[in-house]
Amino acid sequence: MPEDIILSTSGLTKEFAGFTAVNGVDLKVKRGSIHALIGPNGAGKTTCFNLLTKFLPPTRGTIIYNGRDITGEKPAEIARLGMVRSFQISAVFPQLSVLTNVRIALQRRKRGDSFDFWRSERSLKVLDAEARHLVEAVGLTPFLDLTAGELSYGRKRALEIATTLALEPEMLLLDEPMAGMGREDIERIEALIRKVSADRTILMVEHNLSVVASLCDRITVLARGQVLAEGDYATVSKDPRVVEAYIGSGGGHGHH
Amino acid sequence: MTDLASTEAAAGTALAETDDGTARLHRNLFVAIAALLVIAPFVAYPVFVMKVLCFALFALAFNLLLGYGGLLSFGHAAYFGMASYVSAYTAKNWGLTPELAILLGTAVAALLGTVFGALAIRRQGIYFAMITLALAQMVFFFSLQAPRFTGGEDGIQAVPRGKLFGLVSLADDRALYWLVAAIFMGGLLLIYRIIHSPFGQVCKAIRDNEPRAISLGYRANRYKLMVFVLSAALAGLAGATKAIVFQLASLTDVYWTMSGEVVLMTLVGGLGTVFGPIVGAAVIVAMQNYLATFGAWVTVIQGVIFVACVLLFREGIVGVIARAIRKPL
Repeated sequence: MPEDIILSTSGLTKEFAGFTAVNGVDLKVKRGSIHALIGPNGAGKTTCFNLLTKFLPPTRGTIIYNGRDITGEKPAEIARLGMVRSFQISAVFPQLSVLTNVRIALQRRKRGDSFDFWRSERSLKVLDAEARHLVEAVGLTPFLDLTAGELSYGRKRALEIATTLALEPEMLLLDEPMAGMGREDIERIEALIRKVSADRTILMVEHNLSVVASLCDRITVLARGQVLAEGDYATVSKDPRVVEAYIGSGGGHGHH
Repeated sequence: MTDLASTEAAAGTALAETDDGTARLHRNLFVAIAALLVIAPFVAYPVFVMKVLCFALFALAFNLLLGYGGLLSFGHAAYFGMASYVSAYTAKNWGLTPELAILLGTAVAALLGTVFGALAIRRQGIYFAMITLALAQMVFFFSLQAPRFTGGEDGIQAVPRGKLFGLVSLADDRALYWLVAAIFMGGLLLIYRIIHSPFGQVCKAIRDNEPRAISLGYRANRYKLMVFVLSAALAGLAGATKAIVFQLASLTDVYWTMSGEVVLMTLVGGLGTVFGPIVGAAVIVAMQNYLATFGAWVTVIQGVIFVACVLLFREGIVGVIARAIRKPL
């Protein structure tokens, strides 16, 4: 039986004024898996990520999502197809309340577009119960009425995940979900990712290798914009080229 | 766990209270504004009050765009001024009744806003602002070069106030005042509704973090265009009404200083507050009126106030009050 691939790229390339950040990447993400994209600093992980979510247009190559060529789509359309991204720097709506942050996402999924400027926002109250539920799932219930800007860094990331989950995406793309987090936060977010991965596909860029080791089914290692190795953690971590890339680069991200 | 549950309950009620409290406070403020509108013509010179109301509506429209849409337009004079020309021209030369002249002016401003907005939202930040300014300057030069329509340097003078619905004469200042007060109140309520609508929620989200809003599947540009058109139309409503009040449409209305003035009013009153622009407009118009004897010094005094505002209270008058009472105004 052929593998069920949800997202694949072929020859994906991005050039910035003579510098090739991503160079001919062929990536296949299996449906239902947690797939990690790792590599030393400057390997092109984030660029790759921005290409997949259409925040950057590729120079060459194609991206297929659920059998559909999405290379020419706009970022908002990608989200509507069920592939939702997070950002490296926690992306919340700082002046809106925690509840409203989540509700904004629910509003998109349940009502589609909201061009109705003549209707009262009371019409959104029907979404509040579900929004509260999502906020509770990430443990932010005590902060419902705070504005998102007032939350600590770790809680902002939790809120971001709740907001993303409100869209019930088929596929999640997480850009360094653990970046800048303390150990307690990491454990909480790790558990959360494991929980939500049950009926979803997740592709994540992550520096924290112990998180990658315990969470991910499959790992793709990028170096200098190209795929260096691919496989499960045991295989990849023993690959001499990978060890060389991490240690040889002198980057501080090879440690556990 | 019980600990969390009780915090949870407390947070829940706190939220409900602030929400209701804010809504009640706003309702009371609307009643107070309505009461002030009723009293105003008896204690102040009606033409002065009408001037304040027209500029307050203009500033409210501008604030809708910047404070809630996060879009800084440096060319709002284009919509204000063009609507004022259209309303003056059609009232004088086509003999339209004032309400139709005002509606037509508003519609033209909305149309202009659609075209200019569609061009400007392709760029962000300062580039957006520069494009709106450049387009507004084009409207100014058009107004200067098309004297058959605009009257050139003379403007359109002696615009008849006419009869409302062809029935009620507006020649008397008091009679006209009620129309202007009604337009202002209608505009204010509409803007309040827009801000607190499902559409307004999305606008605020885009203002706060556009890439994130896009990643949630919102086509941000469509919302930005929509709020731009609404703002342009309301600025047009203010300009068209002003033309009927002063029986005059002139180059001053489309000049870039008018775009600057509305920025000033909004910042002094409180950017991103519902009621701030009204206070800002009242302060600036009052200054221009009562300090008129100082001549060119008015501009200097305005500049000093602006600098003081930016240095001492960035949130504007109403912004500072809102912070003190810990409730959005």
